Amino acid sequence: MGDRRPVNALSKALRSDAGRGLTLVSPALIYALLLLAAPLAVIVLFSFWTQNFLTIERVFTLDNYRTALTDPLYATLMQRSISIAGMVTAVTVILAFPVAYYISFYVRPERKSLWLFLITIPFWTSYLIRVFLWRVILAFDGPVNGTLMGFGVIDQPLPWLLYNATAVVITLAHAFAPFAILPIFVALEKIDRALLEASRDLGESPAMTFLRVTLPLAMPGVLAAVLIVFIPTVGDYVTPRLVGGSGGTMIANMIYAQIFDLNDRPMGATLAVLAMTIVALTLIWAISRVRLWLWLGGRISGRARLLVLAAPVAEIALIGWVIGQGPAIFGLIPALLALAGAVLVSSAAILFSVPRGRFAV
Amino acid sequence: MTARPLFIFAGLYLLVLYAPIVLLPLFAFNDGTVIAFPLQGFTLDWFAALLDTPALHDATLNSLIIAVSTAVFATTLGLFAARAATRYRFPLKGGIVGFIMLPLVLPEVIVAISLLVVLMQIGIDPGLWTIILGHTLISTPFAIAILQGSFSNMDNSLEEAAIDLGETRWGTFRLITLPLVTPGIVASLLICFTISLDEFIIAFFLSGNAPTLPVYLWGQLRFPARLPVVMALGTILVALSVILLMIAETYRRRGLRRAGLKDTGGFL
Repeated sequence: MGDRRPVNALSKALRSDAGRGLTLVSPALIYALLLLAAPLAVIVLFSFWTQNFLTIERVFTLDNYRTALTDPLYATLMQRSISIAGMVTAVTVILAFPVAYYISFYVRPERKSLWLFLITIPFWTSYLIRVFLWRVILAFDGPVNGTLMGFGVIDQPLPWLLYNATAVVITLAHAFAPFAILPIFVALEKIDRALLEASRDLGESPAMTFLRVTLPLAMPGVLAAVLIVFIPTVGDYVTPRLVGGSGGTMIANMIYAQIFDLNDRPMGATLAVLAMTIVALTLIWAISRVRLWLWLGGRISGRARLLVLAAPVAEIALIGWVIGQGPAIFGLIPALLALAGAVLVSSAAILFSVPRGRFAV
Repeated sequence: MTARPLFIFAGLYLLVLYAPIVLLPLFAFNDGTVIAFPLQGFTLDWFAALLDTPALHDATLNSLIIAVSTAVFATTLGLFAARAATRYRFPLKGGIVGFIMLPLVLPEVIVAISLLVVLMQIGIDPGLWTIILGHTLISTPFAIAILQGSFSNMDNSLEEAAIDLGETRWGTFRLITLPLVTPGIVASLLICFTISLDEFIIAFFLSGNAPTLPVYLWGQLRFPARLPVVMALGTILVALSVILLMIAETYRRRGLRRAGLKDTGGFL
């Protein structure tokens, strides 16, 4: 169409395949640039400014970062957020795997979507209400204590059920369950069943077939599940606020308090930027180290394997030492920047040089 | 592993998954002011109390306006983007689509405070439409995921045939493509509506003095005497979400049937 019309370079470019694709994707892209990328850039900028009573001092400074990194309160909250998110991720993924496996391998094809639908329904209902219900369930006079007392297991209600980090882990693990099942299910569905038959025909036991064929092929799904659960849980606000008490407060609560209660937006921005950076570094570190570990494990045998096992322990100890002692020796910002740089460079080196391997991590 | 223990595990898993939601109506219809067992008896008082709370009616209206606008905007953006992602190759495709899908994994608190800081800096007061902006941002990835499913299930040769037979591109889209993806569009509208209706963090940060239903509910949680009413409101919200989901699922399946495919999975 329109062949006879004089075409200039632009309209020609717009009618090419790439041009059409870019034109179509541009509304959503521009929207995301304006409402996501630009605001994120602004909070990074804010993190280098300071709040001076009602006005914002627009002078570049690292003061916020210095405060955020030295005040033990922020360090505790950050550490707790990471470890709670880590526990939630471990619990959800480990519990989700058998369910995803059952649906993919044992449920008849025409019933699969019903199972998936049942699993996703709770996810689409109000998050706030689900979290609040856990507060009711774990409460002093709630059903858990009531049932245990009814059966005579305990004489008086357990006071430690609610308002602590454990309650936060239970609630978040429940809330994020479907997130973990779906990616693992998708990965399991993609596995060619002929591979499993081949493994059995060649004499592998069912357990070894699972370990050496199914599990490695499902790893991309497991990894996706880890990312989808870990990142949002680190920044969760509602759950720690409703069931966490003072012992279960997380970094998002502090970010909120800085912005709304203390009216210190730059500090809130700093904490948000730090949280995102630490999450990104932790994930990239963990993924690269797991890949390296699996790769070395497959190559080295005998006593040397112990070395492979010891390496991550040594590295964690080294990182701990740098975080603990580094600031005193090299200064706070240089030490932590150097650590972040080292983690980034070494991880990138591993990710580029070590092949994905059997486990496709 | 054999089927039976796995089946039992999966069954228990579902049971635990649904346990909190099952409690909700129990307490909403319970004739007692304390949220605790044993149950006291049946009552509709808490639902009646919802009717004469004017603040709640305002919040409901706000939520409906926001949810409808979000559904329309997110589905429109998602429609174009999903079409681009399934049908065309273009430079940086992975990066661009990945970036648009980013709100799916980003903590909502981060999205909310960055939007809030920008709005406060420009001097715009938070209100209904700022929530709509935020909700559209986080709903678009879901719309894209659903619509990508519909587009990729469609047989490309149908469109090619229409063009070969002399139809224009726009005519092809209107007469061939659109009818085939309509069920996907309906499913996307319903899902985005549900997400917006239930979303709390962005609404909480950006609401100003125009609370949505979840923000109103959050305010009520502080008052122990209001908890049974909260339970009644929660029951209605959850029931509404489940009904909308079921309709969305029906449309999704209808779309699959139209495309002549067998059903293999759920949303996303």
